[in-house]
This record gives sequence, structure tokens and C-alpha cells, in this order.
Amino acid sequence: MKPVKVYIPQDSAALSVGADEVALSVQERAESLNIPLQIVRNGSRGMLWLEPLLEVESKDGRIAFGPVSVEDIDALFEKKFWESREHPLCLGLTEEIPFFKKQERLTFARCGVTDPLNIEEYQKYDGFLGLKNALKMTPQAVCLEVRESGLRGRGGAGFPTGIKWQTVLEAESDEKYICCNADEGDSGTFADRMIMEGDPFSLIEGMVIAGYGVGAQEGLIYLRSEYPYAINILEKAIQIATDNNWLGDNIQGSGFSFSLEVRKGAGAYICGEETSMLESLEGKRGLVRSKPPIPALSGFMGKPTVVNNVLSLTTVPIILAKGASYYESFGIGRSRGTQPFQLGGNVKQGGLIEKAFGLTLRDLIYDYGGGTRTGRNVRTVQVGGPLGAYLGEDQFDLALGYEEMSAGGGMLGHGGVVVFDDTVNMAQQARFAFEFCAVESCGKCTPCRIGAQRGLETMDKVIAGEDVSENLNLLDDLCELMKDGSLCAMGGLTPLPVESAIRNFPNDFNSDNDSRK
Amino acid sequence: MSAFDEWSDNFATHLYEKYKNTKGALLPILHEIQDCLGCIPHAAVLHICDSLNLSKAEVDGVISFYHDFRRENDGRFEIKVCRAEACQAAGSEELVSYIQNRLSQAETQGTFRIEPVYCLGNCALSPSLMMDGKLHGRVSPERFDRLLTLQRTESA
Repeated sequence: MKPVKVYIPQDSAALSVGADEVALSVQERAESLNIPLQIVRNGSRGMLWLEPLLEVESKDGRIAFGPVSVEDIDALFEKKFWESREHPLCLGLTEEIPFFKKQERLTFARCGVTDPLNIEEYQKYDGFLGLKNALKMTPQAVCLEVRESGLRGRGGAGFPTGIKWQTVLEAESDEKYICCNADEGDSGTFADRMIMEGDPFSLIEGMVIAGYGVGAQEGLIYLRSEYPYAINILEKAIQIATDNNWLGDNIQGSGFSFSLEVRKGAGAYICGEETSMLESLEGKRGLVRSKPPIPALSGFMGKPTVVNNVLSLTTVPIILAKGASYYESFGIGRSRGTQPFQLGGNVKQGGLIEKAFGLTLRDLIYDYGGGTRTGRNVRTVQVGGPLGAYLGEDQFDLALGYEEMSAGGGMLGHGGVVVFDDTVNMAQQARFAFEFCAVESCGKCTPCRIGAQRGLETMDKVIAGEDVSENLNLLDDLCELMKDGSLCAMGGLTPLPVESAIRNFPNDFNSDNDSRK
Repeated sequence: MSAFDEWSDNFATHLYEKYKNTKGALLPILHEIQDCLGCIPHAAVLHICDSLNLSKAEVDGVISFYHDFRRENDGRFEIKVCRAEACQAAGSEELVSYIQNRLSQAETQGTFRIEPVYCLGNCALSPSLMMDGKLHGRVSPERFDRLLTLQRTESA
């Protein structure tokens, strides 16, 4: 009898709530009862509130059960979960769960579906199709295809990826590099981690295409040390890809060679800034560089370098597989394609939502997220990480796109949305923004290094009720200075959460009138 | 990881051979030393200066810049607790107070060290912490107690 496939994720979010223990327990029980089950450790589907999500293959598609804990295993076996949908944790077909069904999965098409380290399965689900196409094109045509797709840097800055590639292609040098920025330090974001753990070959494929497109033969992935599982999976994936000649010399007989290496970060948030990351890769303190020169002309070791975010690179394969116009057909305005949004914090149904640009925050928070986990009212969401704005209820109808968010006083960033309920004190959040900047500033420029510290002290005075209006004026001034005078986005954007909190929630900054309910 | 548990000439030779062709080798070398020894001892710093042709100030500067690197291993067990916004929204500050209080009690005093981290990438299952390289999500005080007991039995 052919064993029934049971999927239990090895994604670190799933592991953080006991996926390994569940997998072990299912395995042991199946063996002792002599039931032929084959456990596959897949990536996560991104419905993180349902983790550990156990799936069983059936003729209609995969059937989901979740969230499963070790205590549920007895009952699941009693109900014969591998052939029946009777157990109360059964959620029906995975792909019919509304949270999942409404999504448009392009970048994350395979994530959660496949075994991340099974290279045959990767190819069965259209893997390496983009690279095969690219290798038949000229490097110039590859850059053009990426440019025409409208893909913009998913790290947050939104710079057109194809234009960056074109600059590196045209730069004359005997050495060029592809550096993947996998230093996903923004709170509220986990899409890079999820795809590296759930579909690592897509990053490898994207980087080889980038290398071919611009004429680079070496790639480095700067991956934060806080992601040990992702490091482990990617290192294995690189080995497997090398063994199968998708990396290394003369890839698939094309004459093109490319090698790839993972470099572990060391806990510095600032190294997510591209020039600081390059310094760190070179073995130095992660001090931000002045631009120009831009990394595309003088990057790693002073050579022309493509620095791209994980999501930009993992999106490249589908663009080359299905064509620029297919990808470009999704989205709104100048935000083309899809964005993997990440919904976290105090939210009932948190997880990854990949969807064409243009849906609203309200869609994300309520339709997908189902409101807060605590059941209280949503007071604010912070969009785009610790340097992103705090938006209030009246801004929830903003369309999610780069320009649309900026026009509304916010920032899309890397697509992270953190939900807070009505117990949040916005003065404390503004204080934290300065505190975070003070801890994580690289210290190179004065507005950021000293400004963050002074901002923190001034916020303490505001919170203590000391000369509130005078100190708020001072903060206003300080924020202007940090925006205008900082070398990079760390100091330049720290005022965004601070000012948006003051603007949208003024009552929290008046100590006589604590607006918290 | 290499199998060295103290700084030695062999360890130094191993590092030199392994990284002699690596561009920007300092971080990988520091990581490997700390992974093996729990910290980066003074003797190792001197060796790095020689082999990479760097001044002591440069190497010390790198070690002090990054939160991960330590000059001394105090033997305490590290618990990384996320203090960033997504975890704050889910009650991490209350959890931190609970943990600090719990760890100051007699039976655990001096055996654990709590380190703040800013985001473990588990923002939909907050609050999160990392113990012994293992990530835990939706950590309540009760769950923390269970993890602590488990850890203490394992390391005993």
C-alpha cells in the first residue's frame, strides 16, 4: 500500500510552536500502529496562527488540520485523520481556506507546497524555468525583461531592480558581485525568512539569473544570525544546487559559472542598510558609506555590485519564466506585481499574504487578520518596520502601493504590518523609536548618533509631563534635523514613527490627559 | 563547526587554512571562534591581527561593534527575548518583567542571562524568545516556566 503523505512544516515559526514535536509524535504513532504515513517537512503556507499546520494529501488536494499540538495526536489517530475529516481541528482543503484562497501567490507559489530541499520537486513546480529561459537570452535582454516587469526593490526603498542591474551590466570591471541582503531586521517582517526556509532554490535561481544578467560570477547572501534555521537550510540548498550543476562551473552546459556563499551577520540592525552591509561583508564595522559612489559602481571590495533584497531576487525567476508582461499585469500605478505582506503583532490571524499591490490596510487587518488577538479595538498599525509610520483608523483605507503610502504620510517598506490594540500608549512607542535608533545607530553621523539619544531624553520629559509643549517643539526641530542631516535611512526615518504618532494620536502626548482606555 | 574547545595553535592553523582565500574573512572567523569557545579570547585577537594584517584596534573595533560578539564567556546561559514592536504589541514587556523576576529567584540566579534582541522574525506568533538557538513563539509566563524547567533538566 502506498503511504499517505502528511505535511508538517519545518519553517521556524511552525517550529516555535512545536512542529518538530508534532512530527515526531505522528511518526512514532504511525509506526507503532503500523499505518503507512510518509511525513514531509515542507515550508509554511503562511497561515501562521494555524501552526503547526498538518496537511494530508487526498485526491481533492491537501486537507489541513491546525493548530495541532502533541496532545491532539491521540484523537487525530482515533479519527483516522489520514482518511477522514471528522476531527474538530480539520479545516477542509488548505487552498480553500479564505486567508489563502484570496491570495495571489507568485513569489511564494511553491512555499509550503514543496519539500524545500527536494530539487526534483522544485523543478516539477516550474523551478529553474526562469533560469533556463535567461540562459538562452543575452544578458542585456535579461536586464530589460526585469526592467519591463516593473519590479522594484522589495527591501523597502522601491528602486527599480532592472535599472540597478543595467548600471552594473554597463560598468566595466573584471569582477562583479551579487549581494543578497537577507538582513531582515525590521520588526513585523518575516517574508525573507519564510521563503529562504520554504523555497531556498528560488533565491539561488534568482541570484544566478542576476549574475548572468550583469556579468557577475560570485554571489554572497548576508543572512542575519537571528535566523539560524534559514542559514542551515540555505547552506544545504547551495550544496544540493552545486551537486546538480545549478551552481558552480559551466551551469547546465551554458558556459556561465556562478558560485554562492552564505555570510552570517552578527546582530547589528544597521547592516540591513546596503552600504553598511557591504562594509560588514568586507569584515569591517558596519558603518554606513556616503553615496556616491553607488554600490552598483563601487560595492563589495570596491567592485560593481548588485545589492538586492531576498524578495526582489526570489521574484526574478517567475518574471523570466512567465515574462515581464505577466508580472507587470498585477498591481496599481507604479507599484507593479505582487507584494508579500506580513501581518503580525496583536492580530488574530497573522501570517503572510501575497497579493497584488492595491488592497487596503483595512483588507489586511480585518479581512485577512480578523482584528486583534485580544479582541479589543485596533488603535494603530505600524507599516514598514521600526522606521515606518503609525497610522490610525482614518488611514486604513489607503491603498498599499509605494506612492500611495507615501502620499498618505506612511511608508510601505518591506511590507510588514504590525497591529496594536487600544491599550497601546503612543508616547511610549515614539520613545521606543528613539531608543531603538540610539541602540542601533552605527554612530557615523551626528544627527543619528546624538539626535536619537536627545530624542529619547526629550520623550522621557514629555512622558513625565515636563514642559510638554516646549519639549514637543524641540522634538519637532530635532526631527527636521535628523531627516535633513542623517547619512542614511536609520536617522533619516526615525522621525517617521515619532512624528506620525504625535500627529495621529496627539492626546497621548499630553500628560494631563491620558487617552488610554 | 570545528571541534576546538580552547584556543590553541592548531585552532589558529585551522582558521588560517580555512579562510586564507575568503574575501572579508573577519566576521566568519570571529563567528567560528565564538561558536567553539563561547567568546573571543585575547590570544585569538592577536592571532587574527597577524594573519589578516590588521591592527588590534581594527579587530577590537569590529568585536565591539556587533552585538553578537563577546570578549568573555561568563558561563551563563543566554535567553534572547524579542523587544521589538510586534512583540510589544503582544505583551512582550510584561513577559520580560516576568522573566527578570523569575530569573532573579534563588534557584536560577546567576545561571541565565537575558539579552534583548530586536526581532526574531516570528512576528505573527509573538511574543518570541530564543533559548539555546531554539525559537519559541507565543510565550506566556506558564510556557516560559515549562521551557525553563526543560532547559535546566537538559543542562543538568
